[in-house]
Amino acid sequence: MALLEIEDLSVSFATRAGNLRAVDGMSFSVEPGEVLGIVGESGSGKSVAMLALMGLVAAPGIVKARRMAFDGRDLQAMSARERRHVAGKDIAMIFQEPMTSLNPCFTVGYQIIEALATHAGDSSRVRRRHAIELLEQVGIPAPESRIDAYPHQLSGGMNQRVMIAMALAGNPRLLLADEPTTALDVTVQAQILDLLLRLQRERGMALVLITHDMGVVAETAQRVLVMYAGQIVEQQHAEGLFAAPRHPYTAALLDALPERSPGAARLPTIPGMVPGLADRPSGCLFHPRCHFADRRCRAEMPELRGLDGATVRCHYPLAALADAR
Amino acid sequence: MNKTAEPVVIARDLSKIYRVGDRLFGRMAALRAVDGVGFTLAPGKTLAVVGESGCGKSTLARMVSLIERPTAGSLRLVGHEASGVPAAETRALRRHVQIVFQDPYGSLNPRHKVGTILTEPLVVNTDLGKVERIEQARAMLARVGLRPEHYSRYPHMFSGGQRQRIAIARALMLHPDVVVADEPVSALDLSIQAQVLNLLMDLQQEFGLAYLFISHALSVVRHMADEVMVMYLGRVVEHGAKTAIFERPRHPYTRALHASTPFVDRSLRTVRTPVVGEPPSPLDPPSGCGFRTRCPHATQVCAAERPALRPVDGQLVACHHAETI
Repeated sequence: MALLEIEDLSVSFATRAGNLRAVDGMSFSVEPGEVLGIVGESGSGKSVAMLALMGLVAAPGIVKARRMAFDGRDLQAMSARERRHVAGKDIAMIFQEPMTSLNPCFTVGYQIIEALATHAGDSSRVRRRHAIELLEQVGIPAPESRIDAYPHQLSGGMNQRVMIAMALAGNPRLLLADEPTTALDVTVQAQILDLLLRLQRERGMALVLITHDMGVVAETAQRVLVMYAGQIVEQQHAEGLFAAPRHPYTAALLDALPERSPGAARLPTIPGMVPGLADRPSGCLFHPRCHFADRRCRAEMPELRGLDGATVRCHYPLAALADAR
Repeated sequence: MNKTAEPVVIARDLSKIYRVGDRLFGRMAALRAVDGVGFTLAPGKTLAVVGESGCGKSTLARMVSLIERPTAGSLRLVGHEASGVPAAETRALRRHVQIVFQDPYGSLNPRHKVGTILTEPLVVNTDLGKVERIEQARAMLARVGLRPEHYSRYPHMFSGGQRQRIAIARALMLHPDVVVADEPVSALDLSIQAQVLNLLMDLQQEFGLAYLFISHALSVVRHMADEVMVMYLGRVVEHGAKTAIFERPRHPYTRALHASTPFVDRSLRTVRTPVVGEPPSPLDPPSGCGFRTRCPHATQVCAAERPALRPVDGQLVACHHAETI
């Protein structure tokens, strides 16, 4: 059974300009122990979808879903109290900016112990020992002294490790990581990614990694969702996705990577830009920027459909690897 | 335009030391942001400066673009001495070197229309009449791929990619010989990044621009650069032709950067051996070699003696063990 099942999730914001849909009919699942990558450019809805899952979308945001279930339990049917117990303990989340995610007024130890106190009983002495263990697990040197440090005394990489330690406090079965390494230097990014993958393996924890960096996804994820303008446009196993993307948007994004055009004077580009919330086009949302679009694409929104192992939202999906050769 | 065969930028032993700390109690410390950096930049060429935060690459960019005065060392721009000369002389040189910043949201005045932003450099630095200024600004606007009606709009009405085009247009208004680009695409989405990189390449061809291209993204540097300079803790650790730096890096830090960068294509990936730890504080740099605290090859000599930048195999490397690793 899937650990997380989301069916037809939509997040909209009622504004004076109308009802703006940030996430539109998103369905996906996460298997236990799996590493799922979600990629998309800014405004694709990838972060909002995760916030909706955690119950963190505030008014005027409206979250609707046909089904949102964790471990077979319906998240929407739960009381707020029960929901908080699941989202926060069994499902934990870390964010892009470790500096702003931590409270600058309290020591990192205090903040980890607070998370422990919320999710487990124990005496305060046990909790402190547990917090030191967690800091050790996330690779913080000299945890006995660092536990009393304030966030400003630690580097960005160390603070992200503290955030991960806090997320681990409830012993989660699913960790949502929203651009966890984007604000970090590249050598530190590699360390944090390795740490996340090690914890995922050791704890059998599922990991959802949200990022805009194709390289990060390629090196970590087993399965990838590609989002565009609030919708999933493609879902595939990582290997297949990077070798033979089925959606023209995925293909165009990969072609735009400098590493794929060595020695070329010009990079292939995607014309135009991601449509805003208020100016979504008719038909397929990608059609104004797509090389292959025709009348059907302008008129009719393609459904997400299964296609030998992949899922694609396109009237004219690109050839699979076997056909391409 | 000043087109001479000699390099447009000659930097020798450039250093920038900031006095930081507690003014009240007189506990001031010296922060060596840039420490003895030298290079030459030929007309029409691109020198990329790579490094992580705090390595001094942005301070170097600000010195070359005459925003900051170097504490020591000499800087020659288009055949004229630019360091240690009266302010009037540096002012005359400013039109030859212009800068494009990382964040197009912070670098454009929100109260000025695009037309004002583009004509201002002409007002300050030339005797052109109003009609000519407007004409030139409109021509440049078209050249960077924006539409005529954009001339009288405000920066907030544009996307990040369009704003960066405006910033580039502003930098080119005076037909500079050198453009310092400080992380010009790192705030942009992937599909937009390729558009802006193409624009920078086209403009370099058309106007014979020399770029000092500051970046932390190796794949972007590989696409843009002729030469690459790798910095760590304010010093150059390796400097050479792009092919040398990418195909046979000799400094352990350059290798660590390669190993830490995630790539989509497997052939580009190196065995992941993440370096340990994080960059030390520039306020308290280690003795000897700055990288020794994280270097897998460090020995006693690395702590005792600072390695000089010396030729190894056709590139410059600052490592005691460059021949043996």
